[in-house]
Amino acid sequence: MSVTDNTPAKPGFRFEKWAPVILLALAFGLYVAIALITDQTQYLTFGNLVAILGRSIALGITAIGQTFVILVASIDLSVASLISATSVLASVIMDGSPGMIVPAILAALVLGGIVGVANGLVITGLKVNPLIATLGMSLIIQGCLSAFVSNFAGSVPPEFQIFAYGEILGVPAALIFLVLLALAAWAVLRFTKLGSDIYAVGGNEEAARFAGIKTNRVIVSAHVICSLCAVVAGLYLASRLRSGAPWIGSDGVYDLESIAVVVIGGTVLAGGRGGIFGTMAGMIIFSLIDSVFNIAGVDSFAKQVMRGIIIVAAVAFYAFRSKRIVA
Amino acid sequence: MKHIVQTTAAATALAFCLTPVYAQNFNDPEEFAKQQAQLTATANGPADQPWVQYIGDAMVENAGMEGPATVCFSNAGVNNPWRVVGYTNMLEELKLHDSIGDFVHVDAEGSDDKQIADINDLLAGGNCDVMIVSPNTTAALTPAVEKACEAMPVVVFDRGVNTQCPVTFVHPVGGYGFGIQGAEFIKDNVDEGANVLMLRILPGVDVLETRYSAGRRVLDDAGMNIVGVEFTDGDNAKTKSIVEDYLMRGTIDAVWMDAGATAVAAVEAFEDSGYDIPVFVGEDQQDFLRKWQDEGMTAIAPTYPTYQWRTAVIAAARVIEGEAVPGPEWVLPQPTITQENLADFVNPAMPPLHYAMCGCETMDNYPQAWGAQ
Amino acid sequence: MSDQATAPAKRRAPFRFNPVWGLLIVLIIAIVVMNPGFAQPTGYMNFLKRAAPLAILAAGQVYVIVSGGFDLSVGSLITLVVVGASMLTNNDPSATYWVIPLMLAMGLGVGAINGMVVCFLRVPSLIATLGMMITLNGLAFMWSGGAPRGYLPDTFRFFGRELIRDVPMVRFIPVSVIVLIVIGGLLAWAMHRTNLGRMIHAIGDNPLAARLGGVPVNRVRITAFMISGLSAAVAGILLGGFAGVSTDVGFGYELQAITAAVLGGAQLLGGRGSVPAAIGGALALTAIFTLLNFLGLPQPVRQVVQGLILIAAVALAMHRRERTGT
Repeated sequence: MSVTDNTPAKPGFRFEKWAPVILLALAFGLYVAIALITDQTQYLTFGNLVAILGRSIALGITAIGQTFVILVASIDLSVASLISATSVLASVIMDGSPGMIVPAILAALVLGGIVGVANGLVITGLKVNPLIATLGMSLIIQGCLSAFVSNFAGSVPPEFQIFAYGEILGVPAALIFLVLLALAAWAVLRFTKLGSDIYAVGGNEEAARFAGIKTNRVIVSAHVICSLCAVVAGLYLASRLRSGAPWIGSDGVYDLESIAVVVIGGTVLAGGRGGIFGTMAGMIIFSLIDSVFNIAGVDSFAKQVMRGIIIVAAVAFYAFRSKRIVA
Repeated sequence: MKHIVQTTAAATALAFCLTPVYAQNFNDPEEFAKQQAQLTATANGPADQPWVQYIGDAMVENAGMEGPATVCFSNAGVNNPWRVVGYTNMLEELKLHDSIGDFVHVDAEGSDDKQIADINDLLAGGNCDVMIVSPNTTAALTPAVEKACEAMPVVVFDRGVNTQCPVTFVHPVGGYGFGIQGAEFIKDNVDEGANVLMLRILPGVDVLETRYSAGRRVLDDAGMNIVGVEFTDGDNAKTKSIVEDYLMRGTIDAVWMDAGATAVAAVEAFEDSGYDIPVFVGEDQQDFLRKWQDEGMTAIAPTYPTYQWRTAVIAAARVIEGEAVPGPEWVLPQPTITQENLADFVNPAMPPLHYAMCGCETMDNYPQAWGAQ
Repeated sequence: MSDQATAPAKRRAPFRFNPVWGLLIVLIIAIVVMNPGFAQPTGYMNFLKRAAPLAILAAGQVYVIVSGGFDLSVGSLITLVVVGASMLTNNDPSATYWVIPLMLAMGLGVGAINGMVVCFLRVPSLIATLGMMITLNGLAFMWSGGAPRGYLPDTFRFFGRELIRDVPMVRFIPVSVIVLIVIGGLLAWAMHRTNLGRMIHAIGDNPLAARLGGVPVNRVRITAFMISGLSAAVAGILLGGFAGVSTDVGFGYELQAITAAVLGGAQLLGGRGSVPAAIGGALALTAIFTLLNFLGLPQPVRQVVQGLILIAAVALAMHRRERTGT
């Protein structure tokens, strides 16, 4: 959302590149310190660290998708509703029968594709501000969903619960999946034409268009990727809760939290700069802070206050050196 | 009479057709009848301490363990005033038990996903001996509670889980009972065919759905004219607006509510529009009780007693000490506040949304710990 | 979210009929057809009374939107004002006279912090005010311990609850409607008739050009956030007055305020927007909800309609703008 220049990065030590690592190290240091100070060293085992990473898998998956749209200088507020919708849709189609797992996943992906394309087209075709377009989409999805279900719906067969509860060599299967997904997303951004186009469009849409990039197509693609990630997060949550709940997305505040994770990871809301590793760092920072609060026994109200301050402080940490005027 | 029965049957059948196929059944006649019977059943235990009373005779023996033990509590949240009062009850009750050493509290802030993670964290590193769980939702927390059961004794309260593995499940009679108590009062205080407005917080919440289905059943059977069923989102402003709109369109003889947090806003809508306050079903919040007393209303306050938060701690302490506890369900009595005992519960020093049926009046730090001025 | 506004900063938009008024008239006709009682003073005065907090909030939000930002913190600021006032008045009617100014000052203060975080720490307003929203909600809970602690005395509730009776023509006027007229008028005047308003428009249009043109960018932007905070404090006083204390009074108001401003034709990311039209947008939004209510449509349908209208309003505005080439 910057309105001014886009200075090319200078060679040498790039603060922006290392900032997520610094923040991550700070968060981890805080976690260790609190565990030692409060004499709860049992929280420092490997198993516990894995448990911490497992806390926010759904958030991590959503944030990977959100990274793509923010990189093209867009934003997606409809992910939370879409997560609810897919968790219900998948769980209702499965309805306890293992044979329906594949159709359910396909149906969910189709839904995600439709929502992503719709978001992208409203933004590029009708020129509606992405914030409003996806907020409107969010209301529409949530409204349609609540018209049909108001409680847990359907059920997820045990075979599909492996997604959330399965373990491979003591590591949760979903965590391994998240790592693979992050690597895939990184590869897309780093090595494919779509990836470089995304950075180009986010950096300067006009220039990208003059360079012959079909900018609208890139923006729609980013939104489709974001929606598909939200769908996967919805499937994961259905598997974890063993049934689809129409409130699961909004209860987790996945829309705003995923945006917060992405920006804490150093991706700039104005687009064009940042990446998946930052987002993953952001997710881990979130989980660590959550665990710090739990260990230190901070009550949930104080927790909220600090969470708000931390989000702002983390973004300020990246931004305050810039000379831009931000929106 | 015959056509009323027919209409009711037809309406019920229609309602069933319109209910989404996958919805849970919140209108279970068996459960309705069971809770109706429990409302009038005589509870075991001291009558002046309803939080240790129990309906039914089944008990569960416990082996006991060396005290003082660590009790871990996975809380769905303290995100509404009912839970705030309950949690205060719990903290005060803990002080009464020497067998409980450390108390570890984790707050899921109203998220199933977070509560599942919280329970896993507690199992991984909390050094817990006994776990208390107040599940955010029933179905979603079942696997996590099952996992906890494998490691230690578990006490569940408020909402249940779909497994018999916990030592006991502490809860008052339930939502059907709540709905029945309020609706019966309306039936007794207005004429047949009177206009009743039903105000609900939001759809889909199990404990509220059952209140509504039971209340609706009683009112329909009594031949009341339900002028509307509206969701208020628990929002005062919205509640007041809805009631004002209904008053512009016709008279209202009674208001039934599935929860009382916005009851005073509903009463104010009548006052501000210049109408007499009709028969009201509220809940045991202090602001409603005060309004009721000040305005001399005809009202009743069914309760979903917060003293169950004490009971959960008592159950955990007995598990540690090796005493028997009522189980696998510890059904607590669910009293109502009526005109006769209203004066016992009104206390102007207490905060507006203090739930009066807290069983906490005799505790050491009452009333300061509950936010009294 | 690119912004290609490069038009010269100082330009008075020619008067054009804002479609929000057309929408509002259509909605009101529909409501009157559905429910003739609405044409009675009780009907439309209740409507105005209900819409007043949102209308004031939207009028304040326009300042931030026109300057190129967002203010997501207003909803939780409302909650904090209501909860804080109930804690401070402590049921003492005479406390109102210092509590209300204090709450207004708090609104200004929160706005100032928002503005400074955006201007000096260079945090985008979306994130800065999102953080503020979470923080203020937490503060409201910490202050009260999770549940309201006190009652609001009738003196405090006067502005949101009382009616001035025996008024000729309309029988009665709710005090909140008078507050709306006064505050709305002041905000409209400041936005459209003063130098401050011109500077806010200039910054939203093109901050670099504005800075080069000698506009004190930071000071003006901070002022815009302060006005938004102040409007939230006023809205909080009205809402607390109307309905009493609860810990979620302000929930969702931030998005409704932005929706209302957008319905009134305000352009996100700055440069364009009108206070009267935002108030019109707030009235239209409230009218939509009222209409859906009268039609007996359940909450889910309301959400879908709100979503569609939001997208349609912006799409239409963009279409008009492209066609007229401005």
